[in-house]
Amino acid sequence: MVEALNLGLRQVMAKDDRVVVLGQDIAQTGGVFRVTAGLLDEFGDDRVIDTPLAEAGIVGSAIGMSLYGMLPVAEIQFDAFVYPGFEQIVVHAARYAWRTRGQCPASIVVRIPYGGGVRAPELHSDCPEALFTHVPGLKVVSPSTPGDARDMLVAAILDPDPVIFMEPKRIYRSVRGDVSDEPSFSLAGDDGIYNTVISHARTARAGGDLAVFTYGATVPLCMDAAGTLSADEGVEARVVDLRSLYPLDAGAIIAAASECRRALVVHEAPRMAGIGAEVSSLIHERAMADLDAPVGRVTGFDVPSPQFANEDDYLPSVDRILAGARAVLSW
Amino acid sequence: MTTEVLRVIGDGAGVPDNDVPEGLSNKDLVAIYRWLVLLRTFDERAVALQRQGRIGTYALYWGEEGTQAGPLYACDDRDWLFPSYRQNAIGVLRGVAPSTVLAWWRGYGGRHGFWNPREHRTAPICVPIATHLPHAVGLAWAAKIRRDPVASIAWFGDGATSEGDFHEAMNFASVFKVATIFFCVNNQWAISTPFSKQTATETIAEKAAAYAMPGVRVDGFDPLACYAATHQALERGRNGGGPTLIEAFCYRLGAHGTADDPKLYRDESEAQRWRALEPVNRMAAFLLRRGVLDDEELQSIGAEAKRTIAEAVQDMEAIEQPGREILFDHVYASGRPWSFDEGLAELQGTDRPPAVKPLAPQPGPSTGDAEAPAET
Repeated sequence: MVEALNLGLRQVMAKDDRVVVLGQDIAQTGGVFRVTAGLLDEFGDDRVIDTPLAEAGIVGSAIGMSLYGMLPVAEIQFDAFVYPGFEQIVVHAARYAWRTRGQCPASIVVRIPYGGGVRAPELHSDCPEALFTHVPGLKVVSPSTPGDARDMLVAAILDPDPVIFMEPKRIYRSVRGDVSDEPSFSLAGDDGIYNTVISHARTARAGGDLAVFTYGATVPLCMDAAGTLSADEGVEARVVDLRSLYPLDAGAIIAAASECRRALVVHEAPRMAGIGAEVSSLIHERAMADLDAPVGRVTGFDVPSPQFANEDDYLPSVDRILAGARAVLSW
Repeated sequence: MTTEVLRVIGDGAGVPDNDVPEGLSNKDLVAIYRWLVLLRTFDERAVALQRQGRIGTYALYWGEEGTQAGPLYACDDRDWLFPSYRQNAIGVLRGVAPSTVLAWWRGYGGRHGFWNPREHRTAPICVPIATHLPHAVGLAWAAKIRRDPVASIAWFGDGATSEGDFHEAMNFASVFKVATIFFCVNNQWAISTPFSKQTATETIAEKAAAYAMPGVRVDGFDPLACYAATHQALERGRNGGGPTLIEAFCYRLGAHGTADDPKLYRDESEAQRWRALEPVNRMAAFLLRRGVLDDEELQSIGAEAKRTIAEAVQDMEAIEQPGREILFDHVYASGRPWSFDEGLAELQGTDRPPAVKPLAPQPGPSTGDAEAPAET
């Protein structure tokens, strides 16, 4: 996935000189996860910028650059480091279109490697996505495959609205797959195609007995669990990769829940007011009559993301997903 | 460290006038005066409108007109302005309709209360403190990347220098040698917090040293001193010399806002003493002394400003309260999420509450940003 993100950045930067990337340690070293490796040599230090260590400054500068007509991509080094930039994102990025008659949206992308599972120090394993989905004016997306990572990142950059681009760092290097030479849409970005690319859910696995909604690093775990359910119990789970967390693909969610009649939501972030709550509520509001069981949730717990000795206890595991699925299936 | 305050205009008695900044003709002086009067007229009228319940809580800038008209006069048309709420009407000097600014204070959004920044090179009014400073830096930085000779200027108060965004923006601007002018209006009060409780430094200007940029102190009640310092800073910035911090030292002669009562926390006789220095009459006296204008011409400039603002008030009041659909307009530039149509449909199935009026001022002291609701 890291290579796919890097490819996307290179492709869009080559086509569009409005695109600049900025963040801590992203130019000279190519970022702590190497997502921006090689960009400095290719595009120069005007467009690939190592900044001082200050997230409000990074996001705030990106907003100002956007006002001048650039398309900045800001990297936040780790999930829990985004909080100093939170005010800029919430107060300004999210409201700039609204405060300018729609004329000057903050056309920025904030890339955030997020989540646990990489045995990182404290405060390097948060899942803050629901903090952003609660803020009107933002789009929030998270890919789970290399192909999606490239296409969704390019689409997010070309999208005029501010996009919080959540990168599941646990599967940065573990998910692999072929990525086509070019994105599946025009890099000119003037045809509105970004809406299609980043706001639609993807069916990762077909099935008609249980709909499993998930995103990011828990997608492969849900695929594993679905394989076990099929092999052991003959239950075919449909795995829906949400991709876009705001806006949610309501049509796809309701269709999958209605057709499977049972649904489970899985994510790594804490349960309280999380994406799972919204998906569950959406299904209950609109497809109650089609359900054979209440929607289940398998999530992180409502505790701080732990020190890594305990992170396997915290993170949804295949076993926990199976237990959650069986509870919904046997209700 | 210098605490010296740059000044051009004297008091017509013991304090002499200094030379008019180079490049300013009499015509320029009149133009600056015209701006001062327009800003003053807007501000006084806005306070009156609030008292009459025709707009909501308003943040006044009475006495700080010179910190706006002076620096702006030094700017090129291409340079970008980043105002805080204390410079709420500065866009008017760049062609924003004054009725739009008044409508914003009346609680109107969308096309009624906001403008297109690119049309006027004027960012929307920043409500949180100091958060617009990184935007000013980013904008001038982008211009630098594009090799455009465009600078930015951001206004903020002494209180803003305690915010992290101030320091982050100063640091970024200096590291990347960005042409941003940090224009601090040090009026010595952040609502009720005096300068002495805001910072342990003697001046704001000296904070520039920590970022290796020049820090300049000017008389904030002297429009020409504000002009001169900004002019010099812009020249430096456009020639690759990086940012400048300007401290316009003055005094907040009025309240923080219409909901604030300074009698609760300060001795108003101090404000009275500073009031003698306020920029509009001071500039008028300067122009009379130099024979640039006579009384009749001064009066005519005042009358013209009154007409402009009176028309703006009429225009504002001619705007109907925005409809419900405005809630969902322009939240996203790329189109409306599905939930917006459902929200609008939900609203349309209900009766609309009566038109919203600003809360009329209530008797009794209060301090802060919101008018106290009427007791029932």
